[in-house]
Amino acid sequence: MSMTTKLLEGTGGWLDDRFHGARGVRTLFRKIFPDHWTFLLGEIALYSFIILLLTGTFLTFFFQPSMTEVVYHGSYTHLDGVRMSEAYASTLNISFDVRGGLLMRQIHHWAADLFVAAIMAHMLRIFFTGAYRKPREVNWLIGLALLTLSLFEGLFGYSLPDDLLSGTGLRITEGVLLSVPIVGTYLSYFLFGGPYPGNLIIPRLYIIHVLLLPGIFLALITAHLFIMFHQKHTQMPGKGRTNTNVVGAPTYPYFMAKTGAFFFFTFAAVALASTFAQINPIWLYGPYTPVGISAGSQPDFYMGFLEGSLRMMPSWTWDAWGHTVMWNVFIPAFIPLGLIFTGAALWPFLEQWITGDRSEHHVNDRPRNAPTRTALGMAAVTFYGILWLEGANDVIADHLDISLYLTTEIARYAIFIGPVVAYIVTKRICLGLQRKDMHLLEHGVETGIIRQLPSGEYVEDTRPVDEDALAVLEARQPPPSLPVGASAAGADDVPPPGMRGGLGRVRERLNEVLTESVPMDGHGNGYGNGHGNGHGDGHAGPGRAAISSGGSEQAEGTAEGQEDGPD
Amino acid sequence: MSDTGVPEGLPHETEGHAGPHRVIGTPPPAQARTLLGDGSDRAGDGALPAQRELPADLPDPARAKRAERLVAGLFLLSMVAGIGFIAAYVGLEVHSVDAVLRSNLALGLSMSVAFLGLAAGATIWVRHLMPNVELTEQRHPLHSDPEDRQAFAETFAEGAEASQFTKRPLLRRTLIAATVPLVAAPVVLLRDLGPLPGTSLRHTVWRKGMRLLTYGANTPIRPGDFSSPGGMITVVPDGYQDNLNALAAATAIIIKFQPGVMVFGKPGQVRGGYVTPNWTVDNIVCYSKICTHVGCPAALYEQTTHHILCPCHQSTFDAPRGAQVLFGPAPRPLPQLPITTDAEGYLVAQGDFHEPVGPSFWERG
Repeated sequence: MSMTTKLLEGTGGWLDDRFHGARGVRTLFRKIFPDHWTFLLGEIALYSFIILLLTGTFLTFFFQPSMTEVVYHGSYTHLDGVRMSEAYASTLNISFDVRGGLLMRQIHHWAADLFVAAIMAHMLRIFFTGAYRKPREVNWLIGLALLTLSLFEGLFGYSLPDDLLSGTGLRITEGVLLSVPIVGTYLSYFLFGGPYPGNLIIPRLYIIHVLLLPGIFLALITAHLFIMFHQKHTQMPGKGRTNTNVVGAPTYPYFMAKTGAFFFFTFAAVALASTFAQINPIWLYGPYTPVGISAGSQPDFYMGFLEGSLRMMPSWTWDAWGHTVMWNVFIPAFIPLGLIFTGAALWPFLEQWITGDRSEHHVNDRPRNAPTRTALGMAAVTFYGILWLEGANDVIADHLDISLYLTTEIARYAIFIGPVVAYIVTKRICLGLQRKDMHLLEHGVETGIIRQLPSGEYVEDTRPVDEDALAVLEARQPPPSLPVGASAAGADDVPPPGMRGGLGRVRERLNEVLTESVPMDGHGNGYGNGHGNGHGDGHAGPGRAAISSGGSEQAEGTAEGQEDGPD
Repeated sequence: MSDTGVPEGLPHETEGHAGPHRVIGTPPPAQARTLLGDGSDRAGDGALPAQRELPADLPDPARAKRAERLVAGLFLLSMVAGIGFIAAYVGLEVHSVDAVLRSNLALGLSMSVAFLGLAAGATIWVRHLMPNVELTEQRHPLHSDPEDRQAFAETFAEGAEASQFTKRPLLRRTLIAATVPLVAAPVVLLRDLGPLPGTSLRHTVWRKGMRLLTYGANTPIRPGDFSSPGGMITVVPDGYQDNLNALAAATAIIIKFQPGVMVFGKPGQVRGGYVTPNWTVDNIVCYSKICTHVGCPAALYEQTTHHILCPCHQSTFDAPRGAQVLFGPAPRPLPQLPITTDAEGYLVAQGDFHEPVGPSFWERG
């Protein structure tokens, strides 16, 4: 027995004597994590959070969250003699007088952007693959809460240096608070401790940014990971992967090593960006004053959609009975955010109600196999995207050399038309891809080899889809069926509970839309029954190989014909 | 890291097999079986597996040797970069822009290389030195057995009864009554976060006779100081040039037009696309600089069109026509500050703005 083994056994024994961990930890070691590149998106978010904690702690050692005015006489001589808050002066100090301070600041800022971006990408993956379905609805909601909080955490964080750009962001925050009907003025006065800007906002945002929100983040992330761990990760469809198993590599040593490497990759990427790509050079903006502003003031990317929303809105206000309602600010500041977040929060439950599907799902959907969900997701992405682009409309107008006002006019229409177009186009694409999959399943892969038969007929050789691809193609589940509703049942029949009355009819109609898919032709029990070219069953039976081109065309025609038929 | 590619030439005899099985493994074990048992193991028989589940050896030792050297090289590179980081910290001074740039480059680059070396090394290690393996673990339904649920419900009910919570409504109600004020108390505690707004949003610090100072230089202005009409000058109230709270509301702009450009309304007419005539001096008009949308400074001025533009959300105001809104989300013109000249000929305010400046608010009316 080698020295190392002895040492390990000694330590292990010592620990097990005290914590009784041998069995549990062994189970942990052999826990299976499935693999797919999109599963790394959430890991990026987690690792950027760790980077944020590390670099943020470093920054707190030097940052002064104070709005006391000082006259600067530091290393950055361009601002010598300028009056500024201690917060701004200490940020200059971190940048120019603390070794590695600028690097830490830039890593912190880049990691914050990456954190939000990774959460967004992660949530899109979850949505489009249906990974939020039962039993993972709670984790979906926790994720949504994390995304919401991350926007605030980011806004508060970049406001702390009290530079001209971030101060302008706070000014907009004040305007947005003022727009809240009835209590807006009070909200603003309570947040700023009086009239804007006051001298309390930076210390208040600071404690929220470094203590309150990170604490909530830690709690929610822990819950998020624990639930994921307990419920076991979803897996992508593939050979041998079912709803009752998890296929992948064990935690120890594989997942541990991979995820450790990935942490270092994430850190390296952020460090590289911070080395070569300058971010938030606050010394160029100057200290905050409500008098000044720089052209092209733009927030960090995750606030861009709010900026665009504010820019896009027409100037509607109501003056009545001695009060003013600022629709021009209140609507763009709260409605898009509300639509996206409320919609995302309700969707898993709405989908369950519409489909009546109460079963557990552990194998992810391919987006094409849930055309309506995918189309809705793309409509939301388009909605968000147009808001976001409008947030940079001055840059767009400048680069495309078109009128600034034209970009806003276009955006005012596009915000309504764009999502509808995205919905229709996405749904058509999904159905088309389903049809392509059906074609592959029924006729195999076209090889491009043309053979002449003794009869003189030309046929193209096809070969069966290989097993791995086949497993993916076959993963599509037939849409679950609702209990028969009022319209389908006879006039004398009483519809089952949940399908009665107006709500029942709405549910039935929504179900039709939501489950719209290319018919599966009785796929569960044999292939291509409808087109029956002698390839009745058998996953990779040789019968599936050769199909005459005539038959192929005919099959195509049949599939087209069924396109708009009832499911 | 998505290295779950299926190795070529594996036997597919497990095809169509229902239930747990080893999907891919190199080399395959003596027989397919699950990792953590098929459920019987859950009960806790505690028996350790007799067989090895992960292959210990690599199929191609020569290839593994090459990978090993590469990984070791990367780890060494990382170590060198880590030492470089410390050296850069010790050796490179900061305290000037150029020095900071050098320091940032050296520290950032060495840190990046150190992490990249570790990351790439570990990845190659996993992919080329650890035997490729893919195992299957069973899932079990998340819901508990009906008996367990039943037992839980009984235990819960028992506890509730034992606590007397269900039997003694007096206790229950008084407990709830006691918590209500305690929940409200923290909200009440927040009251002193700030003063009540009162009418403070309706006023600025401008008073009759207060001089307009150019922002930055802090000098008073005579109408004659405008050598020619054109640009826009930011002005602040004398005595408040360093008071950010005052400036957040009182900051204003003055523009001098060519004669005949301004469109005057009737005296006393405040709104409606006109400049109030008796509030100007010598073709000079003064407006609030705080945008009526959400309060950014409306800082851009286009001399040819006389448009004032707010860079935040692009509200555009027509300067010769009482700063009425031409485009964008701002709902009201920029309020006009009545100005005149004092005995020494300097521009002064006639008084405060006649309406609230900046963004609207609920009580504005």
